[in-house]
Amino acid sequence: MTQSAAQTGRQAPRNQAGDGPLERPAIRTEDLRKTYKTSRGDVQAVRGIDLAVGTGEFFGLLGPNGAGKSTTIGMLTTLVVPTGGRAWVAGIDVVADPVGVKRRIGVVTQNNTLDMQLTVAENLEFRSRFFGLGLREAARRAEQLLAAFGLEDRRKAIATDLSGGQAKRLLIARALVHKPDVLFLDEPTAGLDPQTRVNLWDMLRALHNEGQTILLTTHYMEEAEALCERVAVVDHGEVLASGTIDELKDGAGADTVITVRYEGAVPDGLALRPGLNTRPGISKVETEGDQVRVFTRQPDGVLGELVTAGASAGLTVRDAAQLKPSLETVFLNLTGREYRE
Amino acid sequence: MTTATGDRQADAGALLSRALGAPGAAAIITDAPEPHPTLMKTFAAMMAREGRVLRRNMIGTFMRTVMQPLLFVFVFTYVLPKIGAAGILGAGAAAGTTFATVLLPGLMASMLFTQGIMAVTFPLVMEFSWQRTIEDRALAPVPIRVLAIQKIIAGAVQAFIGALIVIPIVLLVHAPGQAPQVNVTNWALLAFILAAGSLLTASLGLLLGTLMDPRKMQMLFAAILLPATMLGCVYYPWSALSSIRWLQIAVLVNPMVYMSEGLRAVLTPQTGHLAMWAILLVLVGGTALLGYLGTKAFTRRVLN
Repeated sequence: MTQSAAQTGRQAPRNQAGDGPLERPAIRTEDLRKTYKTSRGDVQAVRGIDLAVGTGEFFGLLGPNGAGKSTTIGMLTTLVVPTGGRAWVAGIDVVADPVGVKRRIGVVTQNNTLDMQLTVAENLEFRSRFFGLGLREAARRAEQLLAAFGLEDRRKAIATDLSGGQAKRLLIARALVHKPDVLFLDEPTAGLDPQTRVNLWDMLRALHNEGQTILLTTHYMEEAEALCERVAVVDHGEVLASGTIDELKDGAGADTVITVRYEGAVPDGLALRPGLNTRPGISKVETEGDQVRVFTRQPDGVLGELVTAGASAGLTVRDAAQLKPSLETVFLNLTGREYRE
Repeated sequence: MTTATGDRQADAGALLSRALGAPGAAAIITDAPEPHPTLMKTFAAMMAREGRVLRRNMIGTFMRTVMQPLLFVFVFTYVLPKIGAAGILGAGAAAGTTFATVLLPGLMASMLFTQGIMAVTFPLVMEFSWQRTIEDRALAPVPIRVLAIQKIIAGAVQAFIGALIVIPIVLLVHAPGQAPQVNVTNWALLAFILAAGSLLTASLGLLLGTLMDPRKMQMLFAAILLPATMLGCVYYPWSALSSIRWLQIAVLVNPMVYMSEGLRAVLTPQTGHLAMWAILLVLVGGTALLGYLGTKAFTRRVLN
């Protein structure tokens, strides 16, 4: 994990954490943990996450809702205090020097945190001034960002009057005023219509091409596939796997997953009857309740055999599904559960 | 309409790609000014933001600040004396003092209290609820406690100005012969008491805004603002309560009493007032305590 990040990292400044001549990643975490104390006992939102994101990389944290992504991004952006482990952003410890981290990051939170008392332009100007730009510099920076994000004609609108897509663009523009080393985006396209989402993807790609390091969380698999160079699949507060999309698919997840659900419980050994275990390409056969799931690289004919096997045992097929290799099959393979968005 | 919006958004995507991709175009990442934030610059920018919002909402702010004292003095120092009902008022004050003399420090204290809390608590409750817009300010490059202190100071400035606005209103609006008798000898002490009172209420506002459940906002009036004002020695000097001894003791838990009496001591000392040491002790000690508790609660709520 750390090694692959080191390969991706493009800059090679001295490692300030004192780990020798390792390249300095933009983001690094070691056994990062967050446990919330509630009236119903402790809730472990993040249970020991190790990440390394190289400078210039577009990295995704992918997982279903409640997987611990937002808590992780919260810790990296200093708004959530970790209960264990360590994390560095731009080489700075998030707990020891949160102000130093805040100077170097841009954050687009999931919720609309625009200043609703201010206009679109003022949102950018004041944020620039919070980061130490002078009046004139701040105004110039605001104009530059308004133009780049297509918000010039909304310049004088109060932030409450923006559409969902416009608000999201302004949030991203605002996160960029101070030239952050790392841009964090928490579920950037949740709740947006498909057209707006695709446009936002284009913008993020353009930013990344310009050299911006980006860490994004998403529960949309296709978003991770469309944008990210590397992905960490997260569930229940842990990283299940990480790597490039191709690496993940080339692992066990390169299999096509065929799921057949019968009208009744599947008897022991049914799935093995047609000799599926000896068929080439099959890596795993799972039987659970009324369904059989086959992971294979050569899916042709498997479905038919499962139907025949069921018929010979007096079971009719209720439904069947065949999933091509994708992050979804990777997730299925890692967790044995279907991906829930 | 839908199509137009869609097109515009499509344009925006293309715009950025072009802006970033085309050579020589304004590249928003490479062609960005180098930020040099310092604590003071960030703090000043945050105060400037408050100023901009206040200026934008000037009419609302003005109404909020002016209407209450204006109507109050109009009814109590103009209408009631005119219709011959003023005799019961100001009865507790020393003989020969007008009711306006009692009201001036009282209304100023009331203004300090309500403005300080309104200016801090209301926006803060909004910022913590629903979209949690507080996260925006929390990402500014300063420690969270600086954010809390900034909110206290911005609120205190508004409370201070609110109290000053009361002065011309009480001085000008009254029936003939009902003018307040103001007698300031120690201007520095007046400024100090106003400043300490402003900071105390803004600190209380921060604590309330941090701890208050937004669904129970109306409780703010019923449980805090109304009792504090009615029992805050606004309409009568504390010494006049001697005929209801238990109440005279009970109101000492109300911080507004010390603001009213403190201002009475420096503006209209002839009406009689609480001991200055008690006033200063509560105003300074209360500010320190509430400021500490408010900042701590705020930091804990922002960082989870």
